[in-house]
Amino acid sequence: MLEIKNLHVKLEEEDKQILKGVNLTVEAGKVHAIMGPNGSGKSTLSYVLSGKDGYEVTEGSATLAGEELLELEPEERAALGVFLAFQYPVEIPGVGNMTFLRTAVNAQRKARGEEELSASDFLKVVREKAKTLKIDADMLKRPVNVGFSGGEKKRNEILQMAMLEPKMCILDETDSGLDVDAMKLVADGVNALRDEGRGFLVITHYQRLLDHIKPDVVHIMADGRIIKTGGPELALEVENNGYADILAEVA
Amino acid sequence: MALPELKQTTTEARLASLSLPTGGCLEGARRAAISRVQTTGLPDRRDEYWKYTRPDTFTAAEAPKAAVFDSGEEPMFDSFDRIKIVFVDGVFDPAASDDLTLEGVSIERLADLAAKDIHWSKDIYGVLEARGQSPVERPLAALNTGYATDGVVIHVTGRPSKPINLVYRHQNDSSDAILHHVVKVDSGAEATLLENGPAASRFNHVMEIDIADTGALHLVRAQGRDHELRTATHLFARLGRESVFKSFTLTVNGVLTRNEAVIEFLGDDAIAHVAGACVGDGDFHHDDTVFVTHDAVNCESRQVFKKVLRNGATGVFQGKILVKEGAQKTDGYQISQSLLLDDDSQFLAKPELEIYADDVACSHGSTSGAIDEDGLFYLRSRGVPEAEATDLMTLAFLAEAVEEIDGADIAASINDRLYGWLARRR
Repeated sequence: MLEIKNLHVKLEEEDKQILKGVNLTVEAGKVHAIMGPNGSGKSTLSYVLSGKDGYEVTEGSATLAGEELLELEPEERAALGVFLAFQYPVEIPGVGNMTFLRTAVNAQRKARGEEELSASDFLKVVREKAKTLKIDADMLKRPVNVGFSGGEKKRNEILQMAMLEPKMCILDETDSGLDVDAMKLVADGVNALRDEGRGFLVITHYQRLLDHIKPDVVHIMADGRIIKTGGPELALEVENNGYADILAEVA
Repeated sequence: MALPELKQTTTEARLASLSLPTGGCLEGARRAAISRVQTTGLPDRRDEYWKYTRPDTFTAAEAPKAAVFDSGEEPMFDSFDRIKIVFVDGVFDPAASDDLTLEGVSIERLADLAAKDIHWSKDIYGVLEARGQSPVERPLAALNTGYATDGVVIHVTGRPSKPINLVYRHQNDSSDAILHHVVKVDSGAEATLLENGPAASRFNHVMEIDIADTGALHLVRAQGRDHELRTATHLFARLGRESVFKSFTLTVNGVLTRNEAVIEFLGDDAIAHVAGACVGDGDFHHDDTVFVTHDAVNCESRQVFKKVLRNGATGVFQGKILVKEGAQKTDGYQISQSLLLDDDSQFLAKPELEIYADDVACSHGSTSGAIDEDGLFYLRSRGVPEAEATDLMTLAFLAEAVEEIDGADIAASINDRLYGWLARRR
């Protein structure tokens, strides 16, 4: 599904290399987790894949289902099926959550040459999906993320993911700022979307999110590279011993 | 003291082009106003208060032409249940207007007062405007008091069931309108007043608003889409104890607009919000000039002004909060912001606070900036194309001003108008 080869990325504004040759393949139907210490390049990887400005790819490639991503605009990547659940979802005053969702869904359908959803069809689907995430009518009406609690913002990200039905879901520290109950709710939302045709890349600092979203593969990232790959047991090792042992091992 | 020669000549030429409506209870106020204009002269670019906006076309004897623009759109507020009062190029159109009878309010035409020797409006007409001439002169408003040809005189005595809507239509490309409205809100009374449409090629507008203790007035204006309009408006509001005045003004297009608001708190615990949103493209100069005087205890004032400017458009904000001695517990807030969509546009801001009381909370802020990149990326990452995402972020920028409007329907129609303007420029 997602294939990243020898990806090198530096900051556009300063001469600082962040990613130093990332190789990673996420198969359809699989959940991959990336763990790693602060500053290892995890969030940068998620931004580069989704097309944020400010980064320069100096080498390597990233493809989704065979299509090269790195030359595309963020909205083109989204239409191809890339979705990033933000660590810090952005507040957008004056734009209703529902209007935003419908605009996004229909923009993607249009880009793919599909028919736009009618207002009533859209409403039906969104209400149903919102309900399972405990998002009430008021949250749908309010401006995007404005005045939402940390948990509400993350649930809203998952609602967008559920509505947009992406092929490749990238979750950037979705567990940050969540209490145990909120994390469970978010994880349930993610698990409901696990599907044969969909890949997941879950970026996290902690094992606890992975108790709820069970990964197939765990990668450890440090200093801009994937330094170790293993099964779910690798996350437990990190939880118990920290990163020091693994870093020492590969050094 | 004699006026500078050029100012004297300009003022005389403008006054000579007008004729004084005579008769009735307001003639004295009109004559007094004209003598104010003769004393101060009309504004010119050497006046400090007109440093950022050239008044020449407001003061010229003849109005510059402004092409009539047919948007092909349904006028704003047309779908609302309201009382409609129509002025075409500044002339009242009885056939297009509704019957002016509504419970809780009396509505009369200013022109009809020429036949009346006694009327309540005598205590307001030209009175609030004259108070507003100090400490800063506003000669265009005095000119208006002297020569206004018509307007509405509204006395709110209860809570009318629907809004009163002044609808302006522009049909003549060289029309020059001077309208003067008076609104008196009784104690405990409350009304919503809407104004919309392009009034004339050149429009001089004054509204004097007197709100008694515990009264409330909501004013929402949309100034019309014609591109070459020149509009100078003045709101003079005097607030009694526990009264509320909220105003919001939308400006899209228009080559020159100056909206002045002069607010005076005379009773304690009152609230006044003045807000505005404008979007301008190219030959567009928009000036909000606000003066709020706190002369009572525990009053709250908010000024929220947002301007979206592109292709060399200019935005101006001059806003002042004056807190007089003894006006303790004043809560004054002022924000003026511009979103500059390119390097050619400019925003000139002069925020001022003058405070003579020691127990007050006053804040002001003014910024100029570009579209919020994080928000833009967030929307695009969800598949929203860049142009549409930019429009949504522009609406987000304007939201704080639009949110000052009480009433979801009105706010929604303002937002639709803004979105339409942006979408046409994609």
